[in-house]
Amino acid sequence: MRKRSIAPRKIIDRIIQLISFMIALFSIGILIWILTVIVVNGITALNWELLVNPTAPYGIPDGGLANAIVGTVIITTGAVILGVPFGILGGIYLAEFGGSTRFGKLIRFSANVMMGIPSIIVGLFAYTLIVLPSGHFSGFAGSVALAIIMLPVVLRTTEDVLGMVPNALREAGLSMGMPRWKVTFTVIFKSAKRGLITGVLLAIARVSGETAPLLFTALWSDGWPTSFFTQPTANMTVTINEYATNSPFDVMHARAWSGALLITVAVLALNIICKIFFREKRV
Amino acid sequence: MSFFPKNRAAFSERVFKTITSVAAWVAALLMVGFFIQLFRQAVPAIGRYGLRFLVSTNWDPVKMDFGAVPAIYGTVITSVIALGIAVPLSFVLAMFLVETAPPWLSRIMEPAVDMLAAIPSIIFGMWGLFVLVPIIEKYFQGFVCNTLGLGRFAIFAGGGGFSYLTAGLVLSLMILPFICAVMRDVLRMTPSVVKESAYGIGATTSEVTFHITMRYGMQGMTGAVFLGLGRAVGETMAVLFVIGNVPKVSASLFAPGTTIASQLANDFGEAEGIFQSSLFELGLILLIMSFMIQVAGQLWLNKVRNASGGGL
Repeated sequence: MRKRSIAPRKIIDRIIQLISFMIALFSIGILIWILTVIVVNGITALNWELLVNPTAPYGIPDGGLANAIVGTVIITTGAVILGVPFGILGGIYLAEFGGSTRFGKLIRFSANVMMGIPSIIVGLFAYTLIVLPSGHFSGFAGSVALAIIMLPVVLRTTEDVLGMVPNALREAGLSMGMPRWKVTFTVIFKSAKRGLITGVLLAIARVSGETAPLLFTALWSDGWPTSFFTQPTANMTVTINEYATNSPFDVMHARAWSGALLITVAVLALNIICKIFFREKRV
Repeated sequence: MSFFPKNRAAFSERVFKTITSVAAWVAALLMVGFFIQLFRQAVPAIGRYGLRFLVSTNWDPVKMDFGAVPAIYGTVITSVIALGIAVPLSFVLAMFLVETAPPWLSRIMEPAVDMLAAIPSIIFGMWGLFVLVPIIEKYFQGFVCNTLGLGRFAIFAGGGGFSYLTAGLVLSLMILPFICAVMRDVLRMTPSVVKESAYGIGATTSEVTFHITMRYGMQGMTGAVFLGLGRAVGETMAVLFVIGNVPKVSASLFAPGTTIASQLANDFGEAEGIFQSSLFELGLILLIMSFMIQVAGQLWLNKVRNASGGGL
């Protein structure tokens, strides 16, 4: 081992610490930069008309985003109804029955892999599953795509959360002669309630900003979402995409920024709520 | 109720177990379904172009002649740029948050970094399009090509703001929080006894980090890189906004290009017949790429987890 005196080593240490501090500031700075750009650009065009009027056809300057907001809420709600039950039931299976069996390990593995499959692939899959056979784009196809994205997220968080419930609680319920399903849905769910809700909310937050899967499924429209199952359905993210990239008009860019602001606020709020919610539980 | 209590309980148990296991099967079946469905739609293109699809640099909807090379090339280049920037940055960031920062500061900064991961990709896309592209075009490219005089090298020649480089930059910001989160966990895993003994013989903080913590957590951090790569490869909207969507292979980082995901999003609307089938084949290639990355990442992380006895 070569000998080195302490002074230069301390200076190098200080320099490295300074650099790491600056990089930390830089990454926080990027976050603040993006949020500032969104807020500054988004707030100028944000007004009441935007929230109550539907989008106008291409080139017509005044129009709102109301139908897109409603559409996104409907599509996401559809995804929750389709995806969450499977996710929770599958999570129960892993936590209560087959977690350590070969099948259980396979499920856990494929859920983990599925979480990393690009959302655009899920969109293509939903297109072949719903849009091609039925012959038309629809909000429902969008819900199916988002539900598929939600499923592994809900499944894994459910398993983790149920796994944290002490076994004594399970045994206490079973020893009183309760059937298994009753123990799960009353005793275990009660003590794991916060975690389960957090998991579902995080999954909602994750899909409500998704754009790529909706390009192939829900598409978008200028009308109100009246035919969820049979027609393209307006939604925020695809509308933002159209206004930001396929339009030369400043008015439309401004509306895209407002839409971006709304969706960012919604997604970040969901995330923050989850953080606070879950932290309280740990205390 | 009291007639056949035992049978009844066994029955309800069986029903409950069956229902939950069916729901669990759905997850595995969907994974297989992705491959089957994309393959079925890609069959016409596979039959018509065969292996040529994988080596042809043409993407010509007018002549109906399609090759995957521009999209694959763009996907690889942008992912490499993104990893090249995000991995060192997130390592230093994680090191700062875990080792150097006072606890109150990392309590504020860690959620802020996590929040970067929650921002929808289309927002990164808009920011890239309206903020980063002009900056690259007006200042950065001129600086690199003229001021630094690197313009005569092929990888910096020509082009503008819509480029592989811009896409790589945006991607690096998007994957940074994911990599950083895993690296933080890895750094925290190092037993404090090991670190303290290094401090005890007079090592400085950065020496402990580079010689002890980094070596101890090397495997876990490699897993973090897999995670980041998986995200970068499949990202669509952010890339679509800034890469220019030109299906060509260019040596210059400042040249516009395309990736598999952005090509899909860009062309799918007007695609029919063999054109659409070619896009499905592109999708299948992307699925196979990200599937392999995910499987490798999961297996790797499982191995590390077993070796270190949990905690990751």
